Amino acid sequence: MTGLRAVGVLACLTLGASAATIVVRDPTLHPSIPWMLAWFAGALLLHDLVLFPLYAAVDRALVRLPTGPVPLVNHVRVPLLGAGLTLLVHLPGIIRQGGPVHLGATGLDQTPYLARWLWLVLAMAGASALLWVVRVTRRSVAGG
Amino acid sequence: MRIRWRSPIRGPWLTSVLGLVLLCSLPVVILTGLLDWVAYGPGQAIPADVGVLHLPLFDWPTRPSWLFRLTQGLHVGLGIVLVPVVLAKLWSVIPKLFTALPRNPVKAAERATLVLLVGGILFEIVTGLLNVQYDYVFGFSFYAAHYTGAWVFTAGLVLHVVLRFPAMVRGLRSRSFRGELRTPLAQTRPEPPADLVAPEPDRPTMSRRGALALVGGGSLLLAGLTVGQTLDGPLRATALLLPRGRTLPGDFPVNRTFAASRIDPAAVGSGWQLDLGSLQLTREQLAALPQHTAALPIACVEGWSTRQTWVGVRLRDLAALAGVPAPESALVTSVEEGPFARASLTRAQVLDPEALLALRVNGADLTPDHGFPARVVVPALPGVHCTKWVRAMEFRA
Repeated sequence: MTGLRAVGVLACLTLGASAATIVVRDPTLHPSIPWMLAWFAGALLLHDLVLFPLYAAVDRALVRLPTGPVPLVNHVRVPLLGAGLTLLVHLPGIIRQGGPVHLGATGLDQTPYLARWLWLVLAMAGASALLWVVRVTRRSVAGG
Repeated sequence: MRIRWRSPIRGPWLTSVLGLVLLCSLPVVILTGLLDWVAYGPGQAIPADVGVLHLPLFDWPTRPSWLFRLTQGLHVGLGIVLVPVVLAKLWSVIPKLFTALPRNPVKAAERATLVLLVGGILFEIVTGLLNVQYDYVFGFSFYAAHYTGAWVFTAGLVLHVVLRFPAMVRGLRSRSFRGELRTPLAQTRPEPPADLVAPEPDRPTMSRRGALALVGGGSLLLAGLTVGQTLDGPLRATALLLPRGRTLPGDFPVNRTFAASRIDPAAVGSGWQLDLGSLQLTREQLAALPQHTAALPIACVEGWSTRQTWVGVRLRDLAALAGVPAPESALVTSVEEGPFARASLTRAQVLDPEALLALRVNGADLTPDHGFPARVVVPALPGVHCTKWVRAMEFRA
């Protein structure tokens, strides 16, 4: 079993290394290799050592929110995750990074994205808050 | 340092469910991405020299005309939709990151290959998301990096699937999926002690079905914000945060504006002629040739697409005029200069009855942004090879 695993690991590393030769065999890409490696490692480290601890810490604060008859935690958690996810995926437009290429490709500037994202966040937060109020009201009407 | 993991729902079952979703969907993203390399055609794909690391080569077909729209729309669209699933999967296994490296060298090496898997997918997500939003902050060739990263990731993925498939099946069998869907928060209990299960968890604040709904909801949200870039009409605007949810009023998207092409307006003015080698044609002469109408998509490697009604001269008619009625290939050159200012078409792409040198679109002359005086449109051809501001076509026997 260990022998098979060793073969598998070797095959995986061989494929990974032969993938790396794609950038090695093109001399014009050589100056980029350190940057590619930096972005590869950076993506990993940013996720594991920044993004995960950050959202875990925020979530720990959230679970201390008042429980009450209808706990608030998921009514904050869900829109917050929605906001974070859309921010993460659409960051370039929201912070207006890459404007000249965006303009050359589309003929449009990046002005609307920030306001659209804020409206989206507001809509998600508003819908979640409304739902919470409805749940609290129903609970109290029911005599809870 | 000892971390107290708190989640009462983290465990093999939840990880296995997320793993199964990725196992079914990631191969689609990988394959459609590799198909894009084939679709670019021999000698034209970037990176050019990939050794044996490509799909078997074949001539990219012209039918169905929406083929590239589908494959590349799936690649980008599904890639975006899976972001929440990937993040949730990483969350579900993150305690393992903080455990000591195994002493057994094979197991330690096995752990090291997770760098290819996790680093690979995060690198692909980050470079892909930046590329479709025109943010080239990374400063290296997107094509080379994304293609190489894809194979690095695939290497890690294949080994991971081979080694962990039995554990996934065990995990899935350990609880009833239907049962979990019927289990509310009040009845949610931690999984039995196992890898990943917290020994001293907090009280649950979310059921397992709630967590799955949350991840699925995130995917649905991103799907709703992405699908618009492949639709025409008012629904296009639903891609609120993507560059291709927007168009200039009354227009459809372009991949490159006339201003960005840096073409001297005089070069596409009244003196413009199409060079067919043996003869030259003015725009009036082209317009006097038999015209054909085709409703064809422009589909971009960045995942967006749009279907429009083009009118122009069949490429095969131009080939016959140039004295090469059965060409093996055609080299199309643009007035523009740069890496995408020329494209080679295959025999089938030239001879397709709907392959046009378009002069008009939607009932009006092409605008400068859409390639005036003339542009190529070919069914299922990647948009980048539907050359605009065409200067010359060389049909090769």
